[in-house]
Amino acid sequence: MSAIPSDIVRPGEEAGAPVAAVRPLAPPRLANAVSEPPWVRRLLITVALAFLTLFLFVPLISVFVQAFAKGVGVYWAALSDPDAVSALKMTLLAASISVPLNLVFGVAAAWAIAKFDFRGKDLLLTLIDLPFSVSPVIAGLIYVLIFGLQGWFGEWLRDHDIKIIFAVPGIVLATVFVTFPFVARELIPLMQAQGQDQEEAARVLGASGWQILWRVTLPNVKWALLYGVILCNARAMGEFGAVSVVSGHIRGQTNTLPLHIEILYNEYQFAAAFGVASLLAGLALVTLVLKYLVERRVKASAAAGDHE
Amino acid sequence: MITARALLLRRHSVLPGFDLALGFAVLYLCFIVLIPLSAVFLKTFSGSLDTFWATVSSPRVVASYKLTFGASLVAALINAVFGLLVAWVLVRYPFPGKRIIDALVDLPFALPTAVAGIALTALYAQNGWIGRFLPFKVSFTPVGVFVALTFIGLPFVVRTVQPVLEDLHKELEEAAATLGASRLQTFGLVILPALAPALLTGFALAFARALGEYGSVIFIAGNMPMISEITPLLIISKLEQYDYTGATAIAVVMLVTAFVLLLAINLLQAWTRRRQGR
Repeated sequence: MSAIPSDIVRPGEEAGAPVAAVRPLAPPRLANAVSEPPWVRRLLITVALAFLTLFLFVPLISVFVQAFAKGVGVYWAALSDPDAVSALKMTLLAASISVPLNLVFGVAAAWAIAKFDFRGKDLLLTLIDLPFSVSPVIAGLIYVLIFGLQGWFGEWLRDHDIKIIFAVPGIVLATVFVTFPFVARELIPLMQAQGQDQEEAARVLGASGWQILWRVTLPNVKWALLYGVILCNARAMGEFGAVSVVSGHIRGQTNTLPLHIEILYNEYQFAAAFGVASLLAGLALVTLVLKYLVERRVKASAAAGDHE
Repeated sequence: MITARALLLRRHSVLPGFDLALGFAVLYLCFIVLIPLSAVFLKTFSGSLDTFWATVSSPRVVASYKLTFGASLVAALINAVFGLLVAWVLVRYPFPGKRIIDALVDLPFALPTAVAGIALTALYAQNGWIGRFLPFKVSFTPVGVFVALTFIGLPFVVRTVQPVLEDLHKELEEAAATLGASRLQTFGLVILPALAPALLTGFALAFARALGEYGSVIFIAGNMPMISEITPLLIISKLEQYDYTGATAIAVVMLVTAFVLLLAINLLQAWTRRRQGR
């Protein structure tokens, strides 16, 4: 290796010329050769930012501007309306059930997939991602086919006076379906990369399975876990299509915040619709900030893991 | 007793909990995803093929396929071009506010679709902030469908291309330059081929997402039969008329399309990994 650099003839340097005679080097031409002229850079940055402004930033800003278009009074009235409050409660309820369920599933699936080598692993991995490729409308439809009046259990449920579709359980089921893969898909790659050395060491030292999980595995993946939960929660609170199919849109009872926005919008109460929408847009911004912070921790801990 | 451990495990492991973890994961997967999804197919097979075919090939439904596919394709193509540009700018050039913009690219993932839907509709309406400057109508036309689908598909290409671009070896570009390639040639012949698998994956992901999208589209589309009705909306309207068979038939067509795309995406991702692992 050491012989190579001295053989390179840089621009402005004659082979064999005395070193003292070399002019102060101009920036090596190679540096320019792997980049673009300044005007191209500026043009590309401008076009990219213009695209993002048009499709991302303006829509986001417009939500908040429209929310306050008719003044703070109308905004506050929209948020404190009893139907809006009950929709908020329903949204929080659905998220608070579906996120923990998918969290437990994510940890169990990641434990099996990352720590063991078994037949059918690839199939399981594909099936876990399946809900992402199913249209939200179909996610709602499948539960109607099973629990709806014409569905598999429809008559039995009616005879026993149990409501699933057009009631809370249906909303929770649809939310669980659309947020199914979030935690698992954040945990699996990380736990696979970490391997099972630490867990095996703990086992040899006499730790039980649960002790290994709580004291070794989960601390190692806590940031990725949090990341998955944040994404899962954002989707759970914002889901529209799937919930729309199973909710029945009963005001004050089975409406979530996104459905409440739709009702207000269709009644031409635009300021109120955007007022409620600004709540969810705020949630989205909080999600992005948390995501950014957690992403940095995940990268930092992954880098630290590399050096160990 | 025969356990999953003895039956499935390829390699012995000292770690406990395999039976419990896999058992719970598979059971949960079955109850939440697989059994409910199979209901769609069982319901279809229990009906007659003629009814199925009559539903999925009726003019109104076919018109909705054309709109959904067409708008999704154009939106995914636009996102492939601009997503590549955004990823390039974010990876290669320094500029003020870069970190914030990088974080905001994920906004369409985080923003509920209903919020995106009403915001875009208001912006692109004829008296809206953007719509008033356009010579043609966007909201309540098929163009509006395209706008909504572009919004929701935006992060996919950026987020698949970005990591590959970051890992790209500068030495390759230097070698190309030393061998006399112009910058444009280097981009076309060295950089772009290296990015191709990721770019295609991002395109396919954006396309697949757009095909099933509902929330953001129904507000801006205007939902006129034969003109601006997307396929997921037809499932809803059949359900509202208690035509479960019709709704299920359309759902089967969408599911099969989605599964084929999923297969293609998995193959593409395997290809990307192989290229990167080289």
